[in-house]
Amino acid sequence: MSAPHPERPARSEHPARSGSAAHDPFRVWARDLGLGMRFAVTGGREGWIRTLLTAVGVGLGVALLLTTAAVPAMLQARSDRTSARSTDGSGAEPTRPGPHTLLVEPANTTYRWYDITGDLFEPEGAEPPLPPGVSRMPGPGEMVVSPALASMLADPADRLLRERLPQHVVGTVGAAGLSGPKELLYYAGAHGLSQYVGMTRRIDRFGGGFPQDPWTPVLIVLLVIVFVVLLVPVGVFVATAVRFGGERRDRRLAALRLIGADSRTTRRIAAGEALCGALLGLVAGAAVFLGLRRAIGTFSLDQTSVFPSDMTPAPELAALIAVAVPVAAVLVTLLALRGVVIEPLGVVRGATPRRRRLWWRLLVPAAGLAMLYPLIGTVAATGPASSVNRPQVAAGAVLLLLGLTTLLPWLVQTVVARLGGAGPVPWQLASRSLQLSSGVAARTVSGITVAVAGAIAVQAVFAGVAGQFTHDTGQDPASAQMAVDIPVRDGSQVKRVVGAFRTTEGVRQVMGTAESGAADLGAAARARDAARSGHGEQAEDDLSTTGITVGDCATLRQVARIGSCSPGSVFLVTGLYGSPPDPLLTPGHRLDLSVPGTPGATGDGPRPWTIPASARTVTGETDATGYERSGVLATPEALDPDLLQAPQARIAITLDPGVPDAEDLVRNTAVRIDPSDPTTTLHATQEAQRYVSLRRGLMIGAVAVLVMIGASLLVSMLEQLRERRRLLATLVAFGTRRRTLGLSVLWQAAVPMALGLVLAVAGGLGLGAVLLRVVNESVGFDWASVAVMAGAGAGVVVLVTLLSLPPLWRMMRPDGLRTE
Amino acid sequence: MSVARDAQAADDGARPGRRPLLTATGLRKTYGTTPALDEADFSISPGEVVAVMGPSGSGKSTLLHCLAGIVRPDAGVVRYRDRELSAMPDAERSRLRRDEFGFVFQFGQLVPELTCLENVALPLRLGGVRRKEAERRATEWLERLEVAEVTRQRPGEVSGGQGQRVAVARALVTEPRVVFADEPTGALDSLNGERVMRLLTSAARDTGAAVVLVTHEARVAAYSDREVVVRDGRSRDLTREPAA
Amino acid sequence: MSIGHTFLGLLESGPRHGYDLKRAFDERFGQDRPLAYGQVYSTLARLLKNGLVVVEGIEPGGGPERKRYAVTDAGVTDVEDWLARPERPEPYLHSTLYTKVVLALLTGRSAADLLDSQRSEHLRLMRELTRRKTDGDLADQLVCDHALFHLEADLRWLELTAARLDDLAKEVRS
Ligand SMILES: Nc1ncnc2c1ncn2[C@@H]1O[C@H](COP(=O)(O)OP(=O)(O)O)[C@@H](O)[C@H]1O
Ligand SMILES: [Mg+2]
Repeated sequence: MSAPHPERPARSEHPARSGSAAHDPFRVWARDLGLGMRFAVTGGREGWIRTLLTAVGVGLGVALLLTTAAVPAMLQARSDRTSARSTDGSGAEPTRPGPHTLLVEPANTTYRWYDITGDLFEPEGAEPPLPPGVSRMPGPGEMVVSPALASMLADPADRLLRERLPQHVVGTVGAAGLSGPKELLYYAGAHGLSQYVGMTRRIDRFGGGFPQDPWTPVLIVLLVIVFVVLLVPVGVFVATAVRFGGERRDRRLAALRLIGADSRTTRRIAAGEALCGALLGLVAGAAVFLGLRRAIGTFSLDQTSVFPSDMTPAPELAALIAVAVPVAAVLVTLLALRGVVIEPLGVVRGATPRRRRLWWRLLVPAAGLAMLYPLIGTVAATGPASSVNRPQVAAGAVLLLLGLTTLLPWLVQTVVARLGGAGPVPWQLASRSLQLSSGVAARTVSGITVAVAGAIAVQAVFAGVAGQFTHDTGQDPASAQMAVDIPVRDGSQVKRVVGAFRTTEGVRQVMGTAESGAADLGAAARARDAARSGHGEQAEDDLSTTGITVGDCATLRQVARIGSCSPGSVFLVTGLYGSPPDPLLTPGHRLDLSVPGTPGATGDGPRPWTIPASARTVTGETDATGYERSGVLATPEALDPDLLQAPQARIAITLDPGVPDAEDLVRNTAVRIDPSDPTTTLHATQEAQRYVSLRRGLMIGAVAVLVMIGASLLVSMLEQLRERRRLLATLVAFGTRRRTLGLSVLWQAAVPMALGLVLAVAGGLGLGAVLLRVVNESVGFDWASVAVMAGAGAGVVVLVTLLSLPPLWRMMRPDGLRTE
Repeated sequence: MSVARDAQAADDGARPGRRPLLTATGLRKTYGTTPALDEADFSISPGEVVAVMGPSGSGKSTLLHCLAGIVRPDAGVVRYRDRELSAMPDAERSRLRRDEFGFVFQFGQLVPELTCLENVALPLRLGGVRRKEAERRATEWLERLEVAEVTRQRPGEVSGGQGQRVAVARALVTEPRVVFADEPTGALDSLNGERVMRLLTSAARDTGAAVVLVTHEARVAAYSDREVVVRDGRSRDLTREPAA
Repeated sequence: MSIGHTFLGLLESGPRHGYDLKRAFDERFGQDRPLAYGQVYSTLARLLKNGLVVVEGIEPGGGPERKRYAVTDAGVTDVEDWLARPERPEPYLHSTLYTKVVLALLTGRSAADLLDSQRSEHLRLMRELTRRKTDGDLADQLVCDHALFHLEADLRWLELTAARLDDLAKEVRS
């Protein structure tokens, strides 16, 4: 170990004599690593294929890792840009017009399945602010649009969209003002916007306001879990990819060991080989990632598109990947090499492997549990996102999932050891072969085990917290599919609006009411007096009001249980939600239909109206749009809608399912009346946006992971078959049926898969249960979706097995009998 | 596998030259542009041991594969008893190989995961014999080939000679009419090789099986009744042609 | 080795003087031990007596050297038989076999057939020895094995020669 032996100076060149070369550890390492790398690239066709497979496997993993590493920065960049163009108020907006003020009305619309973001602008001075990416303010009848929207507008097939946005396009919105390259966005000039009508706001700059729909602590936990669940299988996959062709490599190294290489030399050579594959994989992964990055700007998925420049991993994460992947490759190799190092003969002769011990394999998941346990009950539904200890959640989940991969080899070995050689021939072949190589079997399914376990856990948590992010809208899409809410000048316009929708193609039925408010006549007069003497605001605030709804009998029947009704009828709905009856709502009570202080109200004088003595008190009902009224329900004969002050036309539309573009036709009618698109499509439930996108991201990621794992499964399956080529040919020679061999391959895949899935379900449910406790939800599982997840895993294995059958048939040809 | 058949086969074996069991005429087989067989003929009678000799690459194995119905020749006819083997569909040839033929190769033929006993029992089980019965008969054959001691061991744990004797036991366990042996001693030293040959030929003679013995070793071929030399894909039956 | 048969074979390509015969023989087959003149003439005399050769002509001047010998039909048949007849396998056979192969090549006969029938003969004996070995006791086995290994060596030589016949033919005919 210390000084070189003087009598054998020349021996240190011999690889099998590394012990005597220990005087220069650097050169020894360099030599052995180099030897390994040479094996990796010069090992003939087999060697090349093996290195290539490893490189492709590691490359895919690295590409996925880099993509994931880019996600936080990408999200940040997108949210930076969308908040920079935000017109949401922060409460500090100017209250009066000035040279820098701008009236903004959100005018988002929907065309087919595309959501289009839009704003109407009306400058109030000479120097209005401009949103990011826009160089000139569009005047009335003009608009600036995002490139994606511009090309859609130019497409003759999208005639209906052009009708929706008929403004003259005078410019495009640059990248600085878009969340992604394919975002559909427009800013249109308008005139006649009023600060008090609809959602119109006055701003003097873009980018104020609070972020909407923020990350809650529960969402943070979900986010962390999604990342863990997607990345752990990738890690496992990379570890598997490094071991592609490992059997052959093990035998080669065992042979080296037999001719006298010491265990350290063997390890170093193996490390060199693995390093070569991993480094190539790193390069390949970086190339794939860059290709993906370039390509990503050209398409959008589910209306989400990403600028290539946004997809930039944080440098420290990229560096971590660049270092961790080769290091992990070497570590995995060294770990896997124990068998060769200890028993070179066993590897060469295929002796029974050692028994695996359980205790340390349990430590890993136990450590995961120990990390998650203290978090139980600590994550609230609301509160600052920073209250979540992300590293602890992540580490706990990672350890729990990785624990499955450490438990699996033990489980497989223990179970197959008990299978015995009984049963039909295919079963005997499969079980015996599993007994001899349970490690390989466990390794091939460990990726899928982790993926399925993670999916089950994350699905359980998603289902558990769904209640927090999904709410009933009370809408009834079965009876009406769209709702329109348009502020109109006076009651007579309501009729015109309703008429416009009635004559729209694709509309089957329109229910329209004119709605406004009313106050006690005397109280209103007092408030007006107070306002004149300068302290009106208080009096106006104290004024108690009630709703007024004017519609014909058929329409009123939709909003309350009115019983008999004829033109001239009046009904009262009071005591909504169990509140005490409103004293205003008594027959004979005198109301003022002009409520002082109503924003945007025209004409300030009182408009007295008396509730007729015939008015009946009835029970209100939620209408198809999910709205429940209280107050006075009157037929137009009893209360002339022209009397209403600043009324709202509230319309429910039933569409003709036979007209495919009905929704867009209705919207086009709506924007002719109100360019801000006052329509909504009715849905029974609504989900929080971040929750939805997180779940969508999970789905995309899960599919990608399953595909990748399926591919690696196929590779290792084919590799195992190739190893057995000669044996298969022999079996065929003495008349073994194809079916027998096919079945034995199937069993050989199915048994570890079944064990893996059992473990996956157990682990997934366990992790799910712990996480549900962490986010303060009661533990419960949707067994159907657990079955779907397990089924997806099983499906991948079955598919891969089927895919490996044609090569199996080919390998069963007599070529395999040749001795070279 | 009736006793009667065996007895008759044994009788036949005592008098080679009777109605042949397996014949091949005008066999041709080309791999790519390599002609492996070129008008090769062959014939073997029940109970006969025929050595196929010739230099490496001359087409011996290809001839054996054609005879056994593992490979379909490009041209020529292989006739087994009264049937044309070369015209049978794959499933039927498989069945024939399972029931009436036995195989011994040079190496790598035992299923490494199965014990020696299970390996020997395998052909019986493929033919539908129940496990207990198959293993009982396999045990008998292991004893007969003097490898009873490795019954419970896996092929990786036994010596080359033992492994090859296990393979012979496996080839004979179904009491086939023809045993095809391709360099059965190729990986063995002479002592072990001779032992395998002695056991193989005596067991074959006992059961009346014909043996097609591909070898390039004269001392192995000396266990045969007759030899055929293959050169450049052409076969010559030297024993049949009187040295004129 | 049969010098007589060799002479007959050499004469097949045309009549020669005794001296020519000796030279041709020494060139091809007499690497270690050239023929003595006495042996040449006694052999020729024996062949003459058996009617396998005839004296085709005597050049003027007298003396044995001036006789030219030619092979008779009986002589050709005799060579033919000798070449086709496998040698009894025995040690140190190779010089005879070599002579036979070369003669066969020289006279345009099939050397491969010659080698094949020889190997067949070897194998026949090996079979016999193997059978004796299988039935016999250990002493028999050892004796038989000794013979078998020698025969095997010969047989290998036969195979090797068969594989090199083309090269040999080129050399012989050059
Ligand atoms: N499956 C195959 N594919 C291509 N060439 C083959 C195949 N099998 C045999 N050959 C070729 O056919 C010739 C005869 O091969 P083989 O029958 O194995 O000879 P032998 O057994 O006498 O050594 C050789 O040249 C060999 O390379
Ligand atoms: Mg061969």
